[in-house]
Amino acid sequence: MSAKTLPDLMPDAQLKLPRQAERTLDNGLTVIAIRRAAVPLVEVRLRVPFGRAPLARATLLSQALFTGTGTMSSVEIAAELQAVGGGLAAGLDPDRLLVTGNALAGGLERTLEILAGVLTDPAYPAEEVATERERLVDHIQVAQSQPAHLARTALLKRMYGRHPYAVQTPEPEQVRGVRPAQLRALHADRVRPDGATLVLVGDLNPEKAIDAAEKALGGWIGPGRDGTIAAVPPLEPGPLLLADRPGSVQSSLRMALPAVPRTHPDSAPLQLANLVFGGYFSSRWVENIREDKGYTYGPHTSIEHFVAGSALIVAAEVATEVTGPALLETLYELGRIASLPPGEEELEQARRYALGTLRLGMSTQAGLAGLASMYASFGLRLDYLREHSAALAAATREQVAEVASRYLAPSLAVTVVLGDADKVAAPLAALTPVERSDA
Amino acid sequence: MARTLKIPATKYPIERLTLDNGLRVVLAPDRSAPVVGVAVVYDVGIRSEPQGRTGFAHLFEHLMFQGSENLEKLAHFRHVQGAGGSFNGSTHLDYTDYFEVLPAGALERALFLEADRMRGPRLTEENLRNQVDVVKEEIRVNVLNRPYGGFPWLKLPPVMFSTFPNEHDGYGSFEDLESATVADAQEFFQRYYACGNAVLSVAGDFDVAKATAMIERHFGDVPARPAPPRPDFDEPDLSGERREAYTDRLAPLPAVASGWRVPDPIGDFAAYLPYVVLAEVLTDGDASRLVERLVQRDRTATNVGGYIGFMGDEYQVRNPTAMLLQAHLPPGGDADKVLRTVDEELDRLASEGLRPGELARTQARMATHLLRDTDAVLGRALPMAVLEQQRGRPELLNELPRLVGQVTEAQVVAAAATLRPERRATVEVVPGAAQ
Repeated sequence: MSAKTLPDLMPDAQLKLPRQAERTLDNGLTVIAIRRAAVPLVEVRLRVPFGRAPLARATLLSQALFTGTGTMSSVEIAAELQAVGGGLAAGLDPDRLLVTGNALAGGLERTLEILAGVLTDPAYPAEEVATERERLVDHIQVAQSQPAHLARTALLKRMYGRHPYAVQTPEPEQVRGVRPAQLRALHADRVRPDGATLVLVGDLNPEKAIDAAEKALGGWIGPGRDGTIAAVPPLEPGPLLLADRPGSVQSSLRMALPAVPRTHPDSAPLQLANLVFGGYFSSRWVENIREDKGYTYGPHTSIEHFVAGSALIVAAEVATEVTGPALLETLYELGRIASLPPGEEELEQARRYALGTLRLGMSTQAGLAGLASMYASFGLRLDYLREHSAALAAATREQVAEVASRYLAPSLAVTVVLGDADKVAAPLAALTPVERSDA
Repeated sequence: MARTLKIPATKYPIERLTLDNGLRVVLAPDRSAPVVGVAVVYDVGIRSEPQGRTGFAHLFEHLMFQGSENLEKLAHFRHVQGAGGSFNGSTHLDYTDYFEVLPAGALERALFLEADRMRGPRLTEENLRNQVDVVKEEIRVNVLNRPYGGFPWLKLPPVMFSTFPNEHDGYGSFEDLESATVADAQEFFQRYYACGNAVLSVAGDFDVAKATAMIERHFGDVPARPAPPRPDFDEPDLSGERREAYTDRLAPLPAVASGWRVPDPIGDFAAYLPYVVLAEVLTDGDASRLVERLVQRDRTATNVGGYIGFMGDEYQVRNPTAMLLQAHLPPGGDADKVLRTVDEELDRLASEGLRPGELARTQARMATHLLRDTDAVLGRALPMAVLEQQRGRPELLNELPRLVGQVTEAQVVAAAATLRPERRATVEVVPGAAQ
């Protein structure tokens, strides 16, 4: 049988940005509307600056945001949204309160009206808040039994020390103490249009969608509040922190390494260095510890951006009995990327992946809305896609090697392992100093 | 009363063809974004696994990525990602899928890769042992090392069903996985991975004539092998309530899930569809029946979910299947009380009917979910391939929002009336973690 050859790739067309419009309303809310009309829907993303808000109250506020207004109950809000095929939910990260939702395209105005009611006339009824409080406490309790959550919690503490990013989930006891009046006060103080961004994407006319947003949300007023968070402290490498979870059949291996914001000149080469190391399936680390050695199922690395700082996070769940060897291979691959330039073909493959996934990410309404909203919260717009693509295309092998030596060196890593400490402490201690703690 | 909107639909054009070797092809062009989705679906899943080989369909899915006739191990991943794309595969009760999403210029490459492994994956001892290890880690991360692992999709079927195909663990036991051989894999490939047992679908930015030529070029010489006969996995409905509980040593709080058999999703779609709507009436959002009652009013549950098919793939499952309700409970929560309330609410629905607007708003929200999924090229390529395979009707994807919208109140009420306690199978999670 004759060998078959791989077909060539057809060159990509020029990156085309969709039709869009933007307006900052008198109340300080920036509205960005983007047309992608493939399905008759709209996506809604609202990000409100929330840095330095008290964690337990802010978390419960995000859970209870849709529990009632002066004129509607929680069930009425849900039913009215549902009637236009809509749904809205709120979440919180260390920088922002985020409202996410969607609706049938014809339901955009109604969805915005309901959103406006929730933002400008919140009730936080005692009964409903009590229900959400108990649910939140239960959810936190369940999260605290999840290895991924425990490992993340330990890593954040180890990375950030006393910086506000160090703790991102409140303790159940703190949540139990939050009263509805405190939510009302926090809402009045912080759920403000000034500095907030609303992104609308879908089967819409951008100018008209912004008009609709202005009509619905123009009456949402109030002064913004400075939520600026101090820059994160530099990572301080030290002993590996081993958090004990007796009886674990796997260990959760986590590392943090330095990274830079999206707009930094090192950003594109660092993204490529991360891909070559461990940032996608066809990376050295994944091919090594999964496809060669079978230590793990879903290892991944990624660069996380928050307003006050960025970090490169390495994560794998590995069988208890190979915890030491998995750390060894991870340190080896970090050392290799930090010491030797990547191969030409290896770099081109990572580059094509980075460029392709940007296009895939913007090919749906939801993907576009997520990107536009996330960029906006860092002061960027969709044209960043074009600039970043150009930077990825231009990054040289020398630049990638140079950046890798400065950011990916194993000596820079902050390392946390969550697992059965009695079983994994000795193999880990053979590779690096280890400090034990309870999970 | 809530305003309601007319439910829109999609109109993706669909072309179907069958190659001389029996491979069925579905094409759904759409030029709105420069990306393509490619899916190949084989008509074999967890229910077809032989006894003593639990987890084999899923293990075999892993082996399909380990090299093929013209491709070394790791080459598939590198060629997809090196073209700017992403890939994956998944194993279901009734099918196994493989898929890529890529920039449009990489379509031919994806077709080449799928054709090559359809001709023959590299089934070696080394690859098999490596992937047994990887699958064991997958089971540890998703089941053994995590609270509520496998609940309810692995835990409810053994309570509900009585025959091996329907009740066994689709992830498999370590013992069965470790005893799998290369000969087993070769036999499984020969039998089930025939091109006559597969559907290829492509959705997104391509020209139909050019894509058809590419498909002929790459798949045309895959040797013809017919589909094996597919057994009927049906078994009798429950004749009395079944109930089991197990202790989850990692879970901090109780949970419960119940299932009831529903009509044949394919043979009797008209009778089946009202159950899909009923599940949403009961559980979609704060205005739904069971969320309002159990979570908001009684606080006997912290969240409630309802859906059809153990993997939530209600339009891609064959008979027998079930409607599931699952709830997580607060500390000290009482599963009996939750079940009694569910019965009470089902009785109320069956005797008093729906409230004004309740059905229409549920249907509107369902339409949004359906349309949103189809906005992604893989959200079309994958379900269209399965709809072609199981029903010969990929265009059903375009029709679903309208069909869901046509379900009547009487049909939903009649469906609710069949969900009796004596037809119910229930599994309860007893929390074993220190509180």
